[in-house]
Amino acid sequence: MAVGNAKTLTKLIVVTIGMFGFGFALVPFYYKICEVTGINSGAEQSLAKNTQVDTSRWVTLEFDANINEALPWRFKPEVRSLRVHPGQLVQVEYEVVNTSDAPIVGQAVPSYGPARAAAFFKKIECFCFTPQTLAAGESRRMPVLFLLDPAMDRDVHTVTLSYTFFNIGTKAQTMGLQKGPPHG
Amino acid sequence: MSDAVHAHDDHGHGHPSGIMRWLTTTNHKDIGTMYLWFALIMLFSAGTMALLIRAELFQPGMQLTNPDFFNQLTTMHGLIMIFGAIMPAFSGFANWQVPLMIGAPDMAFPRMNNWAFWLLPVAGILLISSFLLPGGAVAGGWTMYPPLFIQGGISYDLTILAVHILGLSSIMGSINIVTTILNMRAPGLTLMKMPLFVWTWLITAYLLLATMPVLAGAVTMLLTDRNFGTHFFNAAGGGDPVMFQHIFWFFGHPEVYILILPAFGIVSSIIPTFARKPLFGYASMVYATASIAILSFTVWAHHMFSVGMPAAAQLFFMFSTMLIAVPTGVKIFNWVATMWRGSLTFETPMLFAIAFVCLFTIGGFSGLVLAIAPVDIQLQDTYYVVAHFHYVLVSGALFSIFAGIYYWLPKWTGHMYNETLGKWHFWMSVIGMNILFFPMHFLGLAGMPRRIPDYALQFTEFNQIATVGAFIFGFSQLIFLVLVLKTVKGGAKATDQVWEGAEGLEWTLPSPAPYHTFETAPVVK
Repeated sequence: MAVGNAKTLTKLIVVTIGMFGFGFALVPFYYKICEVTGINSGAEQSLAKNTQVDTSRWVTLEFDANINEALPWRFKPEVRSLRVHPGQLVQVEYEVVNTSDAPIVGQAVPSYGPARAAAFFKKIECFCFTPQTLAAGESRRMPVLFLLDPAMDRDVHTVTLSYTFFNIGTKAQTMGLQKGPPHG
Repeated sequence: MSDAVHAHDDHGHGHPSGIMRWLTTTNHKDIGTMYLWFALIMLFSAGTMALLIRAELFQPGMQLTNPDFFNQLTTMHGLIMIFGAIMPAFSGFANWQVPLMIGAPDMAFPRMNNWAFWLLPVAGILLISSFLLPGGAVAGGWTMYPPLFIQGGISYDLTILAVHILGLSSIMGSINIVTTILNMRAPGLTLMKMPLFVWTWLITAYLLLATMPVLAGAVTMLLTDRNFGTHFFNAAGGGDPVMFQHIFWFFGHPEVYILILPAFGIVSSIIPTFARKPLFGYASMVYATASIAILSFTVWAHHMFSVGMPAAAQLFFMFSTMLIAVPTGVKIFNWVATMWRGSLTFETPMLFAIAFVCLFTIGGFSGLVLAIAPVDIQLQDTYYVVAHFHYVLVSGALFSIFAGIYYWLPKWTGHMYNETLGKWHFWMSVIGMNILFFPMHFLGLAGMPRRIPDYALQFTEFNQIATVGAFIFGFSQLIFLVLVLKTVKGGAKATDQVWEGAEGLEWTLPSPAPYHTFETAPVVK
């Protein structure tokens, strides 16, 4: 009898320890289930989806880059044009190179065509918000993050974003830095 | 219950006396008695908390408590009633009755049995004394959900420790019960001849062994999140609080069957005695108990439909929950069929057993309502849920405990209890309990949230009715206390069989049961 009891005791203790371990095994198991079934992964949650995209129409974006003649820089967009939906978040990059042998401060000023699209062109992040200082021969890739407001007139099918870089050199103090970012 | 004192005098072989006798005892009857007294003390402590809660809810606005203390009361009421009152009471029954019913001289591991009991007062003191600590007792709900449970003060650490100790005690008790039942049955007592109470406890003990360690793991993770910089559930460190709910309810749903299966066993012992007929469908009762236990591992997420889960998962947990109603229904029909055309008499144990069958069924049906996922999302955390689980735990588990005490008290003490007092206790309890919990269904359907100390004006009347019922129910338990004390002290001498229709090994023993029984195993034919 006593031997039988000791045997049962051992088995039951093994079960107990096993179940204690099982409690902890539920942790990786839980994450694996979530991963396989796609539940609980933050990026996939429908609530976080942007529902403001107007997928019923396309707008062609054209990117243009100009340099004021007083600025010895080279400036070009990475892509020339893109087709997007209004409301869609878009990021494009421009590349700028200081071809002179001295450091220069420049600032880009945007303009839009047609002009009535300007109010619907919402820039979230832009290199034009701040003056850019480039060392001699330095090149830099600069992002613009924006979206077109879905409220934009439906007959606008093409929007052009055009930047012009100006040399604000030593006159930075007086030329708009204090006014904050240029309008747009 | 303490007849064992006299029995001890008969067996003077060097036992310590006084407090040391109780501290060092390895006798299953002594330990059973201590479990039951401990459960009664905890019932009154947590019951007092419930009365404070109901007194605060008598009127809208804040009267007696502040919101934080109110939440401490609801949390501790839940924890102490479950782990301090109901579970120890069933362990007390198991200690007294399992060896007597299977013809064993004692439990398999008497010293471990002593340890299993004496861990309980330690946990009880940790829980109750946390009211005196800075910040008060835990107020995060008995379900211990993070983030509240990883943000609270020192009392949260003490409660986690108390849960560890309670879990250890339950595991030791369960190992003892399983080993006793599997290895120490009288010759001829095959598994399918065991009384149903023994069967239900065998299955309950397995449930405890499977789930208590998981709860211990979950609270260990809470503890390390709180103190050792892990991030199991701490979202700030990449953890997931919803994962706690899954792990907790993996324990928590089988736990609700741990709280009710022994009740099924007690009621299955009592109804045949007072119907003077054998239990209808014994084998189906055993299989139904086992099916409930197995299914209980597949339904946990119905406690958390509102956390967000795919429709497929909601459907699975909804239907698996409804499936449990089938074996439960088998049991209810078997009890009714046992009573059908029996020679019924209505002594107090039978009254409590019949009330159990009727009122537990109400609780079961509101459980079916809550199993429907879209309805549950509406009723989550309302008083409807409070009504549901009090119908299954008060008129279910607690009433079966009362029934069992009335049924076996004459065997334990050798005295008949006072039937008039017993009837008073029964009728006051059953009326008070229904006045208390029935209006909560309406409050919940109307949208009153649980665990909130204040409420909108339109809920006032039903809350006042519930509070009146609470005080009737609460104070009528004093009748029970008086009755038990009187029966222990004296009363009409009980016969060996006690009840005319009682059958089973325990009724072949003298009343009171001697300190040592079945030293030579009886033979069962």
